Amino acid sequence: MAVFNLSVNGQSLKVEAPPDMPLLWVLRERLGLTGTKFGCGQGLCGACTVLLGGAAVRSCMTRLGDLRGRSITTIEGLDPKGAHPLQKAWIEADVAQCGYCQTGQIMTAAALLAANPGPSDADIDQAMGRNVCRCGTYLRIREAIHLAAGKRVAP
Amino acid sequence: MSDRRDFLKTMGSLSLAFYLPLDLKAAPVAAPATTGLEPNGMLRIDADGTVTIWATRTEIGQGVRTSQAMVIAEELEADWSRVKVLQASTNPKFGDLGVTGGSQTTRSTTEGLRKVGAQARELLLQAASDTWGVSKGECLARSGQIQHPSSGRQLGYGDLVERAARLTPPADPPLKSAKDFRILGKDIPRVDGPDFVTGRAQFASDLRLPGMLVASIERCPVFGGRLKSFDASAALKVPGVKKVLPVSSGVAVFAEDTWSAFSGRQALKVQWDEGPAAKLDSAGIRKQFEARLTTPGKVVRKEGDAASALASAAKRIQATYDAPFLAHATMEPMVAVADMQPGRCKVWAPTQGPAWAIPSIEKITGLKAEQIEIQVTLAGGGFGRRAMSDFVLDAVECSKAAGVPVKVQWTRPDDFQHDGYRPATLHMLEGGLDDQGHPLAWKHRFVGPSIAASNHFPWPPEALELSGASDLSYAIPNLQVEWGQSDTAVPVWFWRAVPASFNPFVTECFLDELAHAAGRDPLDFRLDHLPKSPRKLGRDTFEPDRYRAVLELAAAKAEWRTRKLPKGWGRGIAGHAYLDCGTYVAQVAEVETGSGGSIHVRRVVCAVDCGMVLNPRSVRAQMEGGIAYGLSAALYGEISLKDGRVTAASFKDQPMVMLPTMPKVEVHFVPSDLPPGGVGEPGLPPLAPAVGNAVFAATGKRLRSLPLLPLMLRKA
Repeated sequence: MAVFNLSVNGQSLKVEAPPDMPLLWVLRERLGLTGTKFGCGQGLCGACTVLLGGAAVRSCMTRLGDLRGRSITTIEGLDPKGAHPLQKAWIEADVAQCGYCQTGQIMTAAALLAANPGPSDADIDQAMGRNVCRCGTYLRIREAIHLAAGKRVAP
Repeated sequence: MSDRRDFLKTMGSLSLAFYLPLDLKAAPVAAPATTGLEPNGMLRIDADGTVTIWATRTEIGQGVRTSQAMVIAEELEADWSRVKVLQASTNPKFGDLGVTGGSQTTRSTTEGLRKVGAQARELLLQAASDTWGVSKGECLARSGQIQHPSSGRQLGYGDLVERAARLTPPADPPLKSAKDFRILGKDIPRVDGPDFVTGRAQFASDLRLPGMLVASIERCPVFGGRLKSFDASAALKVPGVKKVLPVSSGVAVFAEDTWSAFSGRQALKVQWDEGPAAKLDSAGIRKQFEARLTTPGKVVRKEGDAASALASAAKRIQATYDAPFLAHATMEPMVAVADMQPGRCKVWAPTQGPAWAIPSIEKITGLKAEQIEIQVTLAGGGFGRRAMSDFVLDAVECSKAAGVPVKVQWTRPDDFQHDGYRPATLHMLEGGLDDQGHPLAWKHRFVGPSIAASNHFPWPPEALELSGASDLSYAIPNLQVEWGQSDTAVPVWFWRAVPASFNPFVTECFLDELAHAAGRDPLDFRLDHLPKSPRKLGRDTFEPDRYRAVLELAAAKAEWRTRKLPKGWGRGIAGHAYLDCGTYVAQVAEVETGSGGSIHVRRVVCAVDCGMVLNPRSVRAQMEGGIAYGLSAALYGEISLKDGRVTAASFKDQPMVMLPTMPKVEVHFVPSDLPPGGVGEPGLPPLAPAVGNAVFAATGKRLRSLPLLPLMLRKA
């Protein structure tokens, strides 16, 4: 066990855990941030996606010992009121079915919009193309990202 | 009685201390029963006007929490913005939770839910008329208020609950006419939408009880194998690991947290007696099916004399089709939490079949049903998988063994390798045309494992294997369908649409082959050979007009006869009458093929007749979902066995459709006043045959084996 200094959703925290513990489990079980989901633990589904220094990463493949002070944003920290344009668009497009993969989808989309505020269909497919949704909400995910992007340019 | 009170008290205090979802904090046992109106276990109206509805079916993404609430709220004339939805447990006050599956919820619960809402509305009307001293007939219920239009008076539901609670609910309340619906038929967004996008929605995997351990179970990789011995010394040295204990499904590593449990499990050494299935592989199963296919099966439909008609046919074709075992692969791997204490056991589980789990929990714990409560949680996908009780019982057994609350968390490889799989099947078909090119004979014999027999359901072994085969929608004068049971060691279970996940692929593709042999357009051939009148098929009635309407609508919207497709593209059509849930669907798939053997499904036009549409946006979602789930299976889905083991352990081994491979989907409704039908499954069956038929149209290659993509690559 070692003590690590983390910056999560704008807060500085200390976490005591083994350095090989994936960030996913640190968030979920040390910090109670359960919005980040366990889907495969193999970096293949995207349900555990969080932002690390602004980039979308798979928290199940990110070891605590490798974080090196970079700031982490989870779904809980995306917007203090849960009113990020993506969250509003997700509700407007009624995207979710079972809901389980959606926080990972939204975090992946958040990294996309931060880098590219007006993505094309192809840009969206490229950025979102490694996130699995077994309910098949893909078309609404694309629609919601466009909705959110639109809202940014015309509030 | 005192036991019961203690139980309730315990629950009340625990619910304050637990780190639990909102649903559970507001569990009915903790609610005060003095000022609200609670005419039924599913419904409560509080003095502040809040309407609380407890969903009795499991939310697996099909939107049941929203749809059940909509039905009650409609008859209640509730203000939808004041409706809150909680989840029922197996507490008897909620009645029988049944099984969430078979696309049955809408069909089997809607009438009852309407009555629940209507009863409460009548009580509120009576309470208002008593208050004002006017006749009930002069009062109106509207959006959370009772109004007296002639005097302009109105009272909110909250103001009336105390008086209404003293009245006796009418046994047979009048139901609203569909033309007066204000909630049903509208695009109502999911009630859980805001919680899903903020991460507040709590799944069973998110629960953490005080003193809880997390367990991960190492299971025998071969089905039916047994534990010989294990060495836990290295596992117990992993930080956080507390115990290692044998349980009926394997060896459980108990730890303070999930990661430690997983790490401990990796350090565990287990010796298995792999048993008789240790040599099982896909090729062996294929040989077993081939042998079974040479002998007659049970005749499950017979009209005319197929053998003689085939012998006299002007043209005769024959084909062999097959479909593999499939895993469900829900996004949330199996998980459940149990807290067994002396005299009681509480379980939190995303189960589709809570009532099915109770008898097994009684056996494990020695408790009686009334001492056991399962709180159904949100489920990260279901598709039938969560009607199995295995993952629920894991948690109960582990809590009993460890003496503390336990969450049993499955890994993704566990989930792929210890599923109840969609049965694999092998089919032989023969078809004959007369000299006019009309279908004269159809003989379909297929073999595979029996879900009913292998799970000891009290039904005939073929009960869950026939839909899409024995209920063939076309009028063919000489028809024989046979099914032969051929069980293997591979556990089999319900998978979205059950046999309609494979039979329509076979029958709708073979029908296309007949159309091709007759030199006819596949759509015209279908439309020309529908029965002239409704016909009884088993418990249900096939209505050819409804089937014709979905075929025609899908074809029209896809511009079947006029739209020109680019080179390398093809279009295919297929339909399925999902008689068991009263819904008819047809789909046209447009597919782009490449010379390297690639298949890209670019567009699916879906026509659905599900009777009255309760929530159009939600029905569209289910069609999109059925298409996506069906497409993953059609292109990539295959569970293979080698040395008795399932080879797939990840989404790399078993790829899924993702955004770039998701086709454009257009959903169109056939208007209908019929009672609403189910929609969770019916979107899936036509997809694979529509794609297979489109690939044939594009390339002339007839793919008769699922999944299509590896086959296409082999044929390229």
